[in-house]
Amino acid sequence: MNWFKYAAPQRFHPLAGRAVPWFGVAAVLLAVAGLAIALLVAPTDFQQGDAYRIIFIHVPAAWMSMVLYMAMAFWAAMGLVFNARLASMLALALAPTGALMTFLALWTGALWGKPTWGTWWVWDARLTSELILLFLYIGFMSLHAAIDDERRADRAAAVLALVGAVNVPIIYFSVQWWNTLHQGSSVKLGGSSMAAIMLVGMLLMTLAFWMYSFAVVLARARCIILERERHAAWAQGALA
Amino acid sequence: MSQALFALFQRDLRIALRRRADTGSALVFFVIVVSLFPLGVGPQFELLRRIAPGVLWVAALLASMLSMPRLFADDHADGTLEQLLLSPTPLALLVLAKTAAHWLASGALLALISPLLALQFDLPARDAGVLCLSLLLGTPLLSLLGAVGSALTVGLRGAGVLLSLLVLPLCVPVLIFGVGAVEASSAGLGVAAQFSLLGAMLVLGLFGAPLAAAAALRIAMD
Repeated sequence: MNWFKYAAPQRFHPLAGRAVPWFGVAAVLLAVAGLAIALLVAPTDFQQGDAYRIIFIHVPAAWMSMVLYMAMAFWAAMGLVFNARLASMLALALAPTGALMTFLALWTGALWGKPTWGTWWVWDARLTSELILLFLYIGFMSLHAAIDDERRADRAAAVLALVGAVNVPIIYFSVQWWNTLHQGSSVKLGGSSMAAIMLVGMLLMTLAFWMYSFAVVLARARCIILERERHAAWAQGALA
Repeated sequence: MSQALFALFQRDLRIALRRRADTGSALVFFVIVVSLFPLGVGPQFELLRRIAPGVLWVAALLASMLSMPRLFADDHADGTLEQLLLSPTPLALLVLAKTAAHWLASGALLALISPLLALQFDLPARDAGVLCLSLLLGTPLLSLLGAVGSALTVGLRGAGVLLSLLVLPLCVPVLIFGVGAVEASSAGLGVAAQFSLLGAMLVLGLFGAPLAAAAALRIAMD
């Protein structure tokens, strides 16, 4: 199979168009199943009550926020190194979804923190690094938006994404160390001690988030392709 | 090659010396911001002593970002930057020379004046010394990260604010360990760990940041 066949925006556009509905339907089905388990089947936690059910959204969102940053940095690097236009467009399409996931993780974290920890926000290592991750996403998007020439914007933003990717582990560990200097970690989720049914619900929700991200990113990439290739005959044909 | 680098370094230092108002304004900004904090939080020395490391470090961070857009903007405006890109000397080394000159005219001055400001916060002499050293070790890293941001935003509208937006999140580790060193010192603990980490990050920055900034300059000028 020739992997490079679909590196041309012209060929990728219809392929993505065919894939989006499948990912979308999969996302809805998985989310319905996951939410049914999360809200109806899974038992109430004896310590945290029903508030713990937020983790079914919170944990997948937090995972996605990190995965999507890595994916964005990867495609940005591909675009920079191989001068592949489609890779840069994918990186650009990933950024808003990544920022959304980061925001969701922070927001649901706050909603979970209020009943459980008694406060909306603590300067926990994970919360802080998630907040900085949000700033990195915003920086990537603002830099891209500030440069008028698309190709220059792609490549400049790619350099920023790579510098950020090198920095993410440093930031994570420094924040963790900073936090332990002040106080011990407040509350930890009992990861392995989680009941099997909760784990199933969480995995279903994670898969749903993956499928949602695929669908949304591909749909956004299609828009970016059409916007950039608007002068090409095939793009005008696709729009007509 | 070293001649070209030294010439560039000297030239940038000379420009900084001749434009004293520009060089001085970041310093004055630093002093003013730091002096505003006691006015904002009240003059109790117990409180001031506690927040002094953080306040001084954050103010130094902001002050060093203030002069950062100028690093490449003037050279971009008068065409010098294109000549630098065409020169046979590796661009990353030229960036390093420019950043070193810029640091001497900004970060180093901030670090040297910081013990004086620490007095305003009633910081003991030992802690003030640690603060000065931590700034001396940390501000070059801020300049290096700022150089990457400055190269990415060269020639853009509103480059100054954008630069801060891009670079400040990346400065978090420097801030954490810089402040951590002073806090460890005031708690009577050793500061070797924080200084080692700052030094390690500086080495990493010295290697990586000029390369990233050079790549960004090539993108900007193409």
